[in-house]
Amino acid sequence: MGTRAQNWYPEDVQSRPIHEGLFSSPGDPGGLGLYAGYCWSCKALHFPATDDCPYCGATGCETRIVGKTASLYLGTVVTAAPPGYHGEVPYGFGLVDLPEGLRVISVIAETDVKQLRPGLPLRLGLRTLPCPEPEQAEGEALTLASWHYEPAAESP
Amino acid sequence: MSANPVYIRGVGLHPFGRFPEQSVTELGLHAVRAAIADAAAGSDPAGSRAPGNTLDAAFCASVYSGVAAGHKVLSRIGCTGPPIMNIEAGCASGGAALSLGADLIRSGRYRNVLVFGMEKMPRGMIRSSFFPPWCEQAGLTPAPAYFALRAQRLIQESGVTREDLADVVVHNRRKGVDNPFAMFRKEVSQEEVLQSRLVCDPLHLWMLCSPNEGAAAVLLSSETASGHTPVELAASVLRSHQPGSALGEHTPLSGRIGDDPESPTTTAAREALAQGKLSLGDIDLVELQDTDAGRQILSIEELGLCAAGDGGAYVRAEQQKSKQTVAINPSGGLLSKGEPLGASALAQIVELVWQLRASAGARQVPGAKAGLAHTVGRGANASVSILVRH
Repeated sequence: MGTRAQNWYPEDVQSRPIHEGLFSSPGDPGGLGLYAGYCWSCKALHFPATDDCPYCGATGCETRIVGKTASLYLGTVVTAAPPGYHGEVPYGFGLVDLPEGLRVISVIAETDVKQLRPGLPLRLGLRTLPCPEPEQAEGEALTLASWHYEPAAESP
Repeated sequence: MSANPVYIRGVGLHPFGRFPEQSVTELGLHAVRAAIADAAAGSDPAGSRAPGNTLDAAFCASVYSGVAAGHKVLSRIGCTGPPIMNIEAGCASGGAALSLGADLIRSGRYRNVLVFGMEKMPRGMIRSSFFPPWCEQAGLTPAPAYFALRAQRLIQESGVTREDLADVVVHNRRKGVDNPFAMFRKEVSQEEVLQSRLVCDPLHLWMLCSPNEGAAAVLLSSETASGHTPVELAASVLRSHQPGSALGEHTPLSGRIGDDPESPTTTAAREALAQGKLSLGDIDLVELQDTDAGRQILSIEELGLCAAGDGGAYVRAEQQKSKQTVAINPSGGLLSKGEPLGASALAQIVELVWQLRASAGARQVPGAKAGLAHTVGRGANASVSILVRH
């Protein structure tokens, strides 16, 4: 198994999101979700959320929370750490289909490729990753939080 | 107004491989000199000077060679003065440079244009400045994983098996045996390919091309010469992606379910055939993008050599020699040659010129009259060029 989701900002570990604006906190009123951009002009969703619509170029996209659940479209397992990545290997990797119509690239918390079948039910979670060294030296955050999708044990 | 024809007067290649003693400038210079010498050999003995001496412009394709890479090459041989433009378009950099150079001749603005490409690739998994650092830290950037997802889709939707993927490698490596410019010149078996390390299921190590080093050069001219079999660049088209597909070479973090816009390869191929006033049935040989074994099958589908979803059947028919209408990657492809980004697309053009001049030696495709070259990669960029023999 790869890394497991942890509580958001646990008191004993300094943690920060790997990048701002990717996902909400489990402690937020709406709970954990991905932030997608919704374009009022062409009605398309995109992720990560940006003010500009990557489909029609309109500005003023609205941020919406999506992807609390998903189903696997295609998956594989990464066996060697790519440049700049300091987390665990192997790790699952794939494209997941969100009920809102988005198809998102994501780390998958499953390293047995036989389990990574199309249609596998998934739910959104968080994983912790080591912080790049320069930040540690400055006494800032010690871990980074990123999203992943985990196999959902049972359908709700 | 009819466009001026574009002829390929000279071609040159530096072998693909690893050359720690040589700078990228030296690799490029080798290919440029070879192309100029080739053009000179094809020029009328008492006639006008070879186009290398009368350049109107030069385009240099490279991704990792830094500032003014092309200028550094041409400064070595006194070929400066005309405009020199350095072009980056990922795997299709050479195709981008070629289409720019060709269009300037077609329009009548220039008569002689040098197009060359060169690269010394970093070793190992290719690090790209394409993604922001947080994507690297999050593990969202491994190139082989993106290749693997495309291959997984072929397995799901095109009846492709792991054995088919291995057979693509067997096919290309067999062709590469006869190519003195290739890095790998040994045949491999399906079993050996499947026994090589699993990188990202279903892709094993030998199903991935090796980033390496090399250079290629092509001299374009509005006039032909008597010394070589005239080869015309009938079409050269560059296209980028349309948004929507999460699996495209533009590697977005999201796409839309059910949104499958036409791939830039399909668009470029259709427009190139229209530009050359040809149909796919006229094409005798194809050099296509085989960054990995799955990409070769996808390229076959996207170019229209078979219907979408028939890639697996196409590869099996080719393997059984039951269908030999088009020769695929007679050079051995990137799986045999390796991939120096800036040089790879132009090396395809060099191979097609040799094939159309009937000077490709043991790997000659008999009676080749028309060839198509295809590259696709980061951007996304896709280029399709068509060469015909006169």
